[in-house]
Amino acid sequence: MELLIIFLSASIINNFVLSYFLGICPFIGVSNKISSAISMGLATTFVMILTAIVSWLLYFMILIPYNLEFLQIPSFILVIASLVQFVEMVIKKVSQPLYHALGIFLPLITTNCAILGLALLLSMRNYSFLESIVFGFGAGTGFTLALVIMASIREELELADVPKAFQGAPITLVVAGILALAFMGFAGMI
Amino acid sequence: MKKQISLWQEFIKGLWEINPSFKQILGMCPTLAVTVSVINGIAMALATTFVLFFSSIMISMLKKLIPSQVRIAAYIVIIATFVTVADLVMKAKFPELSKALGPFVPLIVVNCIILGRAEAFASKNNVLRSALDALGNGAGFLIALVTMGGIRELFGSRTLLGYQILSDFFNPLLVMILPAGAFFTFALLMGSANAFTNRKNKIAREKISQKYQKSPEKILNSEV
Repeated sequence: MELLIIFLSASIINNFVLSYFLGICPFIGVSNKISSAISMGLATTFVMILTAIVSWLLYFMILIPYNLEFLQIPSFILVIASLVQFVEMVIKKVSQPLYHALGIFLPLITTNCAILGLALLLSMRNYSFLESIVFGFGAGTGFTLALVIMASIREELELADVPKAFQGAPITLVVAGILALAFMGFAGMI
Repeated sequence: MKKQISLWQEFIKGLWEINPSFKQILGMCPTLAVTVSVINGIAMALATTFVLFFSSIMISMLKKLIPSQVRIAAYIVIIATFVTVADLVMKAKFPELSKALGPFVPLIVVNCIILGRAEAFASKNNVLRSALDALGNGAGFLIALVTMGGIRELFGSRTLLGYQILSDFFNPLLVMILPAGAFFTFALLMGSANAFTNRKNKIAREKISQKYQKSPEKILNSEV
């Protein structure tokens, strides 16, 4: 039950993109086409689960026992960067089609603040190991959901007559605002 | 060699011409997330400017020592060091603010403004220019965050910097301090910035065409 609540809270109620504002850059940048939005979402979810596992181990098994909490930021970012590189190499070796689907998006994920945000939040909230994995999975699902919804709306928006000053990023932000309002409706769920 | 712009222009261009939030569209996450009130915006912008200033100086000094293959990793380590400093100082001196900003102080590490300026400017220019560029961009970021925070705080909770401005007759627009308000406010600000730039360009173009109609030979000659 606890785990289900963590999952729902991370994916829908406190959606990373629409209520924590983490990962806005890919949200605006990669939400042009549904197909690329799905690939980006899957790649991010995958990396998020791995990050949750690795950063939990790093923080609670190494940094806390040795009183090294002040190294949290540099160590997290280095671990995430090398993890993403490693994943990229493994995927390239194991599955070429998957590499072509996710490949270009993986390096982008390193600087996605949603990933580092996830690592920081789970250390801040003292989640257990299992809870961290569920939290990572939920956050990834929520990110994918927001990205795919956004991409579907933007594909329709191509045909709309938007004022010149609002073309591009501004109109995307307006749409995101309306989406955030819609997601507010889930707030009373828990 | 290309003529270099003056040191003053190096600073001033960050305020509007290449304003990190409105023109380069970098660092959106903190711009949207922390601007519930003006004071949060100021704190966030100052922390970012601190990191940007020192990491720019550091990277500009080390630009000949860092091999270009590993430069991104090296930049991130330098930036992470200064972010840790900023985070620990804020936790010790301003615990309330640090709590309000939550994970967004450590997240300065992945703020694209800093890595963007490091890659685009500090790695190619000398220390003085990099420092001025960092200050200019930091000031531009501050302007953006204060504007955002001001609008959202004024309409969302009727106050500015904690003092009540609007009277009680005005119903606070709750949506402004919710996440949705951040998106709407930023969209409006960015739209107006675009409209302003478009107008300016149009006026400039009209001026040129008027000049051309008056004395075509003169301009043709000067261009040749």
